[in-house]
Amino acid sequence: MITYINILIESPEFLAQLLINGMLVGAIFALIAYGLALIWGVMDIINFAQGELVIFGGYLTYTLFYQFGLHPILTIPIVAIVLYGFGWAVYNTIIYRLLGQKDIFITILATFGLAILMQQLMQAVFGPDVVTANPELGMQVLFDGSIIIPNIQLISFLISLFVGAVLFIVMRYSRFGQAIRATAQNSRAARILGIDIDKVYANTFAINAALCGIGGSLVVMIWTIHPFVGLVYTFRSFMIVILTGLGNFVGIIFAGMGISAFENVTGFIIGAEFQAAVIFCLLVIILITRSIRARKKREYIE
Amino acid sequence: MMTKTKQNTLMWLALPIMALAPLLFPSHTTLMTYISVMIVLALTWDMLGGQTGYNSFGNIFFFGVGMYVCAVVQRDMFTSGLDRFERISEVVVSISASEYFISLATGALAGGVVALLLAVILGSGILGMRGHYFAICTLGLGHAGAEIASGIDYIGAGSGMVTPIYPSDAFIGKEFFYFYAFLLLALITFSIFRKIYKSQFGLALNAIRDNENKAESMGIYTTRYKVTAWSISAFFLAIAGAGVGNVIGFIDPVEIAFSGPTFGVWMIVMAILGGKGTLWGPVVGACILYLSKEAFWTYLLGWDKVALGFLIVVIVVYFPKGIFGWIEERKQFKNRVTAQKGSDK
Amino acid sequence: MNLLTVKSVGKSYGGVVANHDVSLTVPKGKIVGVIGPNGSGKTTLFNSIVGHHAIDSGEIHFNGQEISALTIPEIARLGMLRTFQQTHIYGKMSCVQNMQISSDIDARWRIIFSPFSKEIDERVDELLAFVGLYKKRFLLAGDLSFGQQKLLEFAMALMKKPKMLLLDEPTAGVNPTLINGLIDRLQQVNEEMGITLLVIEHNMRVIMNLAEHIYCVAGGTMLAEGKPVDIQNDQRVIDAYLGN
Repeated sequence: MITYINILIESPEFLAQLLINGMLVGAIFALIAYGLALIWGVMDIINFAQGELVIFGGYLTYTLFYQFGLHPILTIPIVAIVLYGFGWAVYNTIIYRLLGQKDIFITILATFGLAILMQQLMQAVFGPDVVTANPELGMQVLFDGSIIIPNIQLISFLISLFVGAVLFIVMRYSRFGQAIRATAQNSRAARILGIDIDKVYANTFAINAALCGIGGSLVVMIWTIHPFVGLVYTFRSFMIVILTGLGNFVGIIFAGMGISAFENVTGFIIGAEFQAAVIFCLLVIILITRSIRARKKREYIE
Repeated sequence: MMTKTKQNTLMWLALPIMALAPLLFPSHTTLMTYISVMIVLALTWDMLGGQTGYNSFGNIFFFGVGMYVCAVVQRDMFTSGLDRFERISEVVVSISASEYFISLATGALAGGVVALLLAVILGSGILGMRGHYFAICTLGLGHAGAEIASGIDYIGAGSGMVTPIYPSDAFIGKEFFYFYAFLLLALITFSIFRKIYKSQFGLALNAIRDNENKAESMGIYTTRYKVTAWSISAFFLAIAGAGVGNVIGFIDPVEIAFSGPTFGVWMIVMAILGGKGTLWGPVVGACILYLSKEAFWTYLLGWDKVALGFLIVVIVVYFPKGIFGWIEERKQFKNRVTAQKGSDK
Repeated sequence: MNLLTVKSVGKSYGGVVANHDVSLTVPKGKIVGVIGPNGSGKTTLFNSIVGHHAIDSGEIHFNGQEISALTIPEIARLGMLRTFQQTHIYGKMSCVQNMQISSDIDARWRIIFSPFSKEIDERVDELLAFVGLYKKRFLLAGDLSFGQQKLLEFAMALMKKPKMLLLDEPTAGVNPTLINGLIDRLQQVNEEMGITLLVIEHNMRVIMNLAEHIYCVAGGTMLAEGKPVDIQNDQRVIDAYLGN
C-alpha cells in the first residue's frame, strides 16, 4: 500500500489522472443522487431501489445497443422516457400507498422489496453475467500521454451537466417545477391552492426514475453492470445526499465529484475490489463525526 | 392469545414430534434443518428490527463473520503440524471425530464472540443516530463484508474456504447431527428471547420503538440498549452462520457468507411476514417463507426467485403488519370495544 | 437553598433572539410559575434548561451542578424531568407499561432477563390510582383522552421520584372540570413528596393560586417577578399581555 502512495507522490500526473477521471464520472453520480434527494425532499420517500433503477436503465441501453444496433448515446432519450413511464407506474402501484406514513420504515422496506424484485427480474431476463455497452469512442491524450481521458467520460460529464442544467431551469422557472417546490414546502397549502399533489408526486418520482435511467445508460457505457451491483449505486447516492443535505443543488455536484475522485484514489491505493468497503467506512466516519459534533451541541441528526 | 401454560404444554407436546421428524421424513431432513436456521435468522433480526424499531439491512455481516471465524478455527485448531501453505490452500483437512466436534463447538462460539464484539464496536458508532440513518448505513455493511473477505488470502480470498469433511466414524450421521444441532439452537434462541422480551430490557426496547425521544427524556441511555440488542442478535446469528458453513461444506464470500440477496433479505421478510415485533411472528414467518421458497423452486424453476421477489413486495407493501401483528391489532380492537362498553369514567 | 439557578441565559435561533439575559431561581420545595404572552420565549427557556438545545450564553445550575452542557438523559438522571404541552407518552404500550418503563431502570446486566420488581409494580398501581387512571391501566396509552394522557404523563414523571418537575402548560387543553383535580394533585405532589415545581401557565387563576413566586417573561427577556398578588397588579405585566 505504501508503494502505491509513493507512486502518487512521485508522479503527480498520475494522481491528476485519477482525480480527473473521478470528477468526470462523479457528475453521473451527482445526477443520480439529485434524483434521490428530490424524492426524499418532496415526498419523504427514502428510495432503496435507486441503484436498481440505474441498472435497469443500463440494461435498456445494452439491449438497444446489441439487439437493435442503436448507438448507445442515442439510446439515452429513449431510456429516459421509458424509465419515466416506469417510475410513473411504480408510483401508482406501490409508492402512493406509502405517503404520509408515520413510520418511515414502511417506505424503506417497500422500496427495498422493489429493489429485490427488480434484481431478480433483471437476473431472470438478462442473466447474472456482467455486460457492458462500450461505444469505443477513443480518448484524449494530454501532456504527452501521461494523462488519458476516455472520450466517453468527457461526453458523460457534459451530458450529466446538460441534464442537470435543464433540470435546474425546469425546477426554478417552470410552473411544473414551481408546483413541485411548493408541494415540497407545504403540501397542504399546495393542495388548497389547486395543485394536484398526487400528480406532482407521480411526476417527481418519474423524474427520479428518468434521471437514474440516464445515469444507468452512461454507467453501462463506461463500466460493466450486473443485476446485483445496484446496491453500490444506491449506497453511493445516499452518501452524497447525506454529505450535502437535501436541497443543495450545487453541493450535490461537488460532493458527487469529490466522492468519486476520492474513491478512485483510495481504490488505487488499497485496491479497486474494496470500493464498497471504502465508501461504507467513509459514510460511517462521516456520520459518527457528525454525531459527536451534534452531541456537543446537545442535538441529534435527524 | 394463549395463556402461558397452554403455550408451554403445546411446546412440550410438539417437542417429541420435532425430535422424531428426521426419522419420520428422512428425505426432508435438510429442509427442516434450514427451517431451524431461518427461525434463528428471523428472531435475531427482529430483536433490533421489530422490537426496537431499528431495521438493519446488514445483519448478514454477522452471519458471514460467524461462518468464517468458525471455519478458520476448524481448519487451524488441530492442524498446527502442517505448514502454512498446506493450511491455506484449498485442501480439505480431515480430522478425527472428536477433533471435528470440539473445533466446531469452539469455532461456533468464537464466531459468536467475534460477531458480538464487532456489533458493540460498530453499533456504538452508528446506533447513536436515528433509525433511517442506521438503516442506510447497514445497507452497505453486508457488501463491505463480502469485499473485505474476498480480499484476505488467509481466509481464501475470492475462492472462499472449505469446511472439514464430516467424520465418517461419528456417532451420528451428518444430516441428523445438524438437524438436531440447529433445532437445539433454535429452541435455545427462542427461549432466551422469550425471557428477554418479558424483562425490563425488553420493555425498554419497545419504548425506544414507540417514542425514542420520550425514552431519552426519561433518562434512558437508548444507545446502550440498542447496541446490546444488536450484540445479542449478532451472537446467535454468527453461531447460525458457523453451522450453515458446515452444512453447505464450502464458504463463498459473496454467494454464501455475506449473501445479501438470499439470507440477508429472507431474514427481514420472514420477520415482517410473521409479524414484526412479536415473539412468534418471526418463527411462523420463517416457516411459511422458507416453505414457499422451496415450493417456488420446485414448481417454478427459473422464475422462482422472481416469484419470491413479488411475494416480498406484496408482503412489505400490502401486509406490513404481518400475521401476528394483524392478530394483535384485532385483540387490541376487541379490548378497546369492551373497555368502552365496560367503564367510561 | 436554590435547587435551580438560571443566570443570564441567552438563546437565538438563526437571527431571532428567543431568550436574552434571562435569570431565575427556584428554591427547593417551592412552586414557581412562569407566565408571559405567546411567543415570549417560555418554552425556549424550558428547552434550554432540560437539555433540549445548547444555550448561547449564561449558566444553569441544578442542585449545585452546572448542567448547561449536559444532554437530556443525563439531566433526567440527575432528577429533573419535564412534561410537554402536547403529551409525550408511549402510545402503543399500556398505561401500566408506560409507568413501568418510567421507573429508574437498573443499568445492570440482569435487567436483560428480569421483569420489573414487585415494589415497582406496587408503586405503579399507587400512582395510577393517585391520578385516577387505575381502572384504565390496561388500556393503550394512545387510546386515552387528551386529559387522561396528561395525567399519565404526570404520573410517569412521578415514577422517577424526581427532585424537580418542569411543567409546560399542564392545564392546557384539559376539561375545566378536571383542572381543579389537577391543581390539587400538583399541590399534593409538592407538599407530600417534596417535589419542586416550575410551571409555565396561561391560565391565570391556576397559576396565581398555585405558585408562591412568579416570573413574567416578555419579548425574550425577564419583565418582572414577585408574589402573585404583586404580579397581578404590575402595570408592566398587564401591558405585556394587552400588547402595548
